[in-house]
Amino acid sequence: MVKEQANWSPYDNNGGSCVAIAGADYCVIAADTRMSTGYNILTRDYSKICQLADKCVMASSGFQADVNALKKNLYAKHLIYQHQHNKQMSCPAMAQLLSNTLYYKRFFPYYSFNVLGGLDSEGKGCVFTYDAVGSYERVGYSSQGSGSTLIMPFLDNQLKSPSPLLLPAQDAVTPLSEVEAVELVKTVFASAAERDIFTGDKLEIVVLGASGIRREYMDLRKD
Amino acid sequence: MKLDTSGFESFSTQIEPLDGIVGDFSAAPAFELPNSTDFDGFQKEAIQMVKPAKGTTTLAFIFKEGVMVAADSRASMGGYISSQSVKKIIEINPYMLGTMAGGAADCQFWHRNLGVKCRLHELANKRRISVTGASKLLANILYSYRGMGLSVGTMIAGWDETGPGLYYVDSEGGRLKGTRFSVGSGSPYAYGVLDSGYRFDMSIEEAAELARRSIYHATFRDGASGGVASVYYVGPNGWKKLTGDDVGELHYHYNPVTPNTVEQEMAEAPGA
Repeated sequence: MVKEQANWSPYDNNGGSCVAIAGADYCVIAADTRMSTGYNILTRDYSKICQLADKCVMASSGFQADVNALKKNLYAKHLIYQHQHNKQMSCPAMAQLLSNTLYYKRFFPYYSFNVLGGLDSEGKGCVFTYDAVGSYERVGYSSQGSGSTLIMPFLDNQLKSPSPLLLPAQDAVTPLSEVEAVELVKTVFASAAERDIFTGDKLEIVVLGASGIRREYMDLRKD
Repeated sequence: MKLDTSGFESFSTQIEPLDGIVGDFSAAPAFELPNSTDFDGFQKEAIQMVKPAKGTTTLAFIFKEGVMVAADSRASMGGYISSQSVKKIIEINPYMLGTMAGGAADCQFWHRNLGVKCRLHELANKRRISVTGASKLLANILYSYRGMGLSVGTMIAGWDETGPGLYYVDSEGGRLKGTRFSVGSGSPYAYGVLDSGYRFDMSIEEAAELARRSIYHATFRDGASGGVASVYYVGPNGWKKLTGDDVGELHYHYNPVTPNTVEQEMAEAPGA
């Protein structure tokens, strides 16, 4: 039989790593700014972090075209929410919305790996981590993307907190101060950039605190 | 092909204002399908790229006092452990639990959906749904998606007007009533311990210990299971979490390290 059409493959992987750490009253969300396809670097200055609500920030790696479509979708849903409820969506609400949005495309997935960071209604830091089809979990810290297999063990080693499933329950908030958390994120990305070809160029760090939102940048290896 | 989107009823009951402006977003969401001539091939490839969590041990059994439900907490993608803190026992409502094996997103989403349906049943009929009814709702949904690549292996456990209830439901359309089930890659090991130790007239403490020990032995022999062994009990007053233990520490609980005693000392053989 003759093949009637070329193989239809709508996906690409643009690489990149994302990290989020929750603290007692802050949340740090970070991602590198490199975007690549295979061995080609498309740009060294592409932000993977977007603010979905006042206290809710998402960092996404994977296929940036899908990520873009996902962002647009979430922005629109959040706009409608604001018109209907006259308030900003809380971070846990946005977390479940993201989960449902990803699952609605279960049979044609968004090829995106997300971490969502923010502050909950009590002002505590929260991090939600996802797979591409919407399974999610609230955690104290997380990493997604091409460098996640290098970063996660590092974070486990530095921050491993008692599992939230343990009974009697133990407090699972990261013991670090905001400054220490930002420092840790910088080291973690410097290390990942040494061994992951899809991570590098520049690191973008967003810090959500009681006082508001703050951004900083750090240079990473450019090779 | 027409897909069942009745799962999103609660969304579509919203008022639909200004149709043209809000556009697609006010419509009930539906599952978008790829515009491909080879759905199966596409689905296989796509799922390969976003590999869902596989490898689990879950179990549940009915005994004198109610139902005991237990699970590990590991999620892996191939050889990489993607999480050690997954909640595999899903709290559907205060009287019903679901367990999760197979695709993490499939289980999580459809259990959340089942929770909505159960609550709507409660509001419409002024009484809680039976375990039989709830498990059938789930089985019917999963059956309507049969062949589309969902991966769910679950047990629905709860307490209703008829007493304790336990059903096994999977994405192939199976639905079995029973008193003892284990699901997941670690289930053969869990069954070994569970079957050898099971008695109907156990106390709650004995049953909880049997459940915990079964999960521990499964995590010990099955590489894809691990993390925390959670044990839940469902009785006439609803479910309660009884224990949650790190299996790494449980190992030393079941296999205490005893300091090596001094080797037997040489002595004169008597009467030699």
